[in-house]
Amino acid sequence: MAALLEVKGLKTQFFTQDGVVHAVNGISYKLNEGETLAIVGESGSGKSVGVMSLIRLIPQPPGKIVAGEVWFDGRDLMTLTDDEVRQVRGNRIAMIFQDPMTSLNPVLTIGQQIMEALQLHLGMDKSQARQRAIELLEMVGIPGAASRLDSYPHQYSGGMRQRVMIAMGLSCNPQLLIADEPTTALDVTIQAQIVDLVLQLRDQLGMAIIWITHDLGVVAGLAERVIVMYAGYIVEEAEVHELYEEPHHPYTLGLLRSVPRLDMGKSKRLIPIDGLPPDLIDLPPGCPFAPRCQYRTEKCTQETPPLEATSPTRRVACWNWETMVADIKEGGIYV
Amino acid sequence: MSSNNGSKKDVLLEVKGLKMYFPITKGIIIQKKIADVKAVDGISFNIKHGETLGLVGESGCGKSTTGRAILQLYRPTAGSVRFEGKELTEMKGETLRRQRREMQMIFQDPYASLNPRLTVGNIVGEPLEVHKLASGKERQERVQELLKLVGLNPYFVNRYPHEFSGGQRQRIGIARSLAVNPKFIVADEPISALDVSIQAQIVNLLEDLQANLGLTYLFIAHDLSMVRHISDRIAVMYLGKLVELTDHITLYEDPLHPYTQALLSAVPIPDPYIEEKRQRIVLEGDVPSPTNPPSGCNFRTRCPRVMDICAEKDPEWKNMGTPENEHWVACHLY
Ligand SMILES: Nc1ncnc2c1ncn2[C@@H]1O[C@H](COP(=O)(O)OP(=O)(O)OP(=O)(O)O)[C@@H](O)[C@H]1O
Ligand SMILES: Nc1ncnc2c1ncn2[C@@H]1O[C@H](COP(=O)(O)OP(=O)(O)O)[C@@H](O)[C@H]1O
Ligand code: SF4
Ligand SMILES: [Mg+2]
Ligand SMILES: [Mg+2]
Repeated sequence: MAALLEVKGLKTQFFTQDGVVHAVNGISYKLNEGETLAIVGESGSGKSVGVMSLIRLIPQPPGKIVAGEVWFDGRDLMTLTDDEVRQVRGNRIAMIFQDPMTSLNPVLTIGQQIMEALQLHLGMDKSQARQRAIELLEMVGIPGAASRLDSYPHQYSGGMRQRVMIAMGLSCNPQLLIADEPTTALDVTIQAQIVDLVLQLRDQLGMAIIWITHDLGVVAGLAERVIVMYAGYIVEEAEVHELYEEPHHPYTLGLLRSVPRLDMGKSKRLIPIDGLPPDLIDLPPGCPFAPRCQYRTEKCTQETPPLEATSPTRRVACWNWETMVADIKEGGIYV
Repeated sequence: MSSNNGSKKDVLLEVKGLKMYFPITKGIIIQKKIADVKAVDGISFNIKHGETLGLVGESGCGKSTTGRAILQLYRPTAGSVRFEGKELTEMKGETLRRQRREMQMIFQDPYASLNPRLTVGNIVGEPLEVHKLASGKERQERVQELLKLVGLNPYFVNRYPHEFSGGQRQRIGIARSLAVNPKFIVADEPISALDVSIQAQIVNLLEDLQANLGLTYLFIAHDLSMVRHISDRIAVMYLGKLVELTDHITLYEDPLHPYTQALLSAVPIPDPYIEEKRQRIVLEGDVPSPTNPPSGCNFRTRCPRVMDICAEKDPEWKNMGTPENEHWVACHLY
């Protein structure tokens, strides 16, 4: 399959009063057409800044994309003019966020907002736009779409607002949908509805998806490939089944172990990851995970491990991943 | 956690027919009540000495309100709350204040719940002062002891909340709630605001404290996996009412209520092979408003197994288990 997106050495920093925040520290990855990629990591690991950088939505200042190339459909988005990037954002790449309320205008009706986007990006006239808006709302499962067009965002529930965002994002048939924790603020039953909806639309429309989350459970049911981020670095990348069967990075293992699973008994004590995530203004030398890592050796605190291929489908950034994998092979993931 | 010890099985807290309505008013000078938010609408359950009762349900279903009404932070609209046999809803003034020492609350938001202008020492020591339990040097020592108990460095006493991470602030909040030696703690989503890698640290701490101090918990959460991990028994709430309550094993292996079944099936499991095979019960629509809940069974508008009777009659809260292994459910299917 052809690569739709190729990110090379992307580095984004924020120049703040307290110092330089190293939010994204040189990440590289590819995404194929129609593929679903999940980016996982805890808060502050650079997931959002990483994808916002792709489409140049970083507030500047204090932010700055200090290095990198973003090849999308044959062009490096970093070299385009602001107008050209806006075109790509409106038509080829759609984005949905955790809190749809912040992306909706509270004083305009839902219908006005969808229609405006359609008129602007697709040059429809008013009655065409209205017709299409109803179709879109129906497509994302809003009952009685025609009559709900004149409601305001606050009259919709959280789940319905997220559906509206999806409808707007998909209105111009994007090749890539970036979903930044779209279900984090929603209840599990509503999360299940939204995940189902996005997967069904993906199969219908054939777009690629980058789904950002901190929830390894959601990823398991949704992604084909997973990237794990820590402190602005990609620390591991793998095909979804491989990752859960045999994580290669100590941080991934730590994440899997620290959350209880619904299908496992409660008897076991949780195994937390000790310590705290690092301060991105003052990153430790060597491996960013070293201060919390149970596999840390002398070398880890001195040299940053590069992200290297360990198989045709996997990459990991850890000096001692083989030791860890040997441990899992012997004792299992859930000890 | 250790609740299977026979002698500890006696009831610590007894809640009966608890209702908490919030009036919606209209008008500026003359406030006229136009409706009620039925946040908690008649719920009954017990909590036994030394156990953890988990309370789960979706946002807005009334979990926090239940916790607050039990502690009399809200005065219930109706119903009874007995703590060691004493009726809390009738207590007032000094009696209630003294009673509150035995019952504390831990909050979801470790940022908002600590006074930013007080040092850690003062935050944790304040309840000692208020309840006149210790002062001066004795207070100082007790505070340091409490900080050690929750895994914080006792030298932190002179620092301010903003100098700490979310997980550390949650520990400070826990230390504060333990200052008065409570028997019972309502933990209202104590880990929801924390990072995944930190949540396990706090859950382990809560478990250790329970084992060492013999605490009883009402653990409120919407994360069913975590609730299953920490609870002995679990109550499931929907739109102000309890729909099911039983021990943590039975609830997951033999859920009776269609809402519990849907809720469990929606929880993602971190294993792609399992996820591929799983049959999900996807509920239609949204939770109705608690101001105007549906007639009869209030889940009927989303229930995949709804029957005619469900719109007519409120299902009875009944025990489908045995007197020893209770399995409470409110559904016309049973
Ligand atoms: N002081 C109040 N005045 C009016 N309505 C209230 C008040 N407190 C809560 N409510 C309403 O009561 C219902 C239950 O709220 P509650 O906070 O108990 O829910 P919850 O289950 O804790 O939800 P969450 O998971 O979001 O914390 C909601 O509809 C809420 O809007
Ligand atoms: N506008 C900003 N100014 C300063 N720092 C920022 C800004 N936006 C993000 N950051 C910092 O960049 C880092 C990565 O943030 P983010 O990508 O939002 O994390 P995630 O999405 O993984 O939770 C964090 O340390 C965050 O505080
Ligand atoms: S490089 Fe060293 S410190 Fe970093 S994850 Fe691997 S073993 Fe741990
Ligand atoms: Mg983010
Ligand atoms: Mg609450």
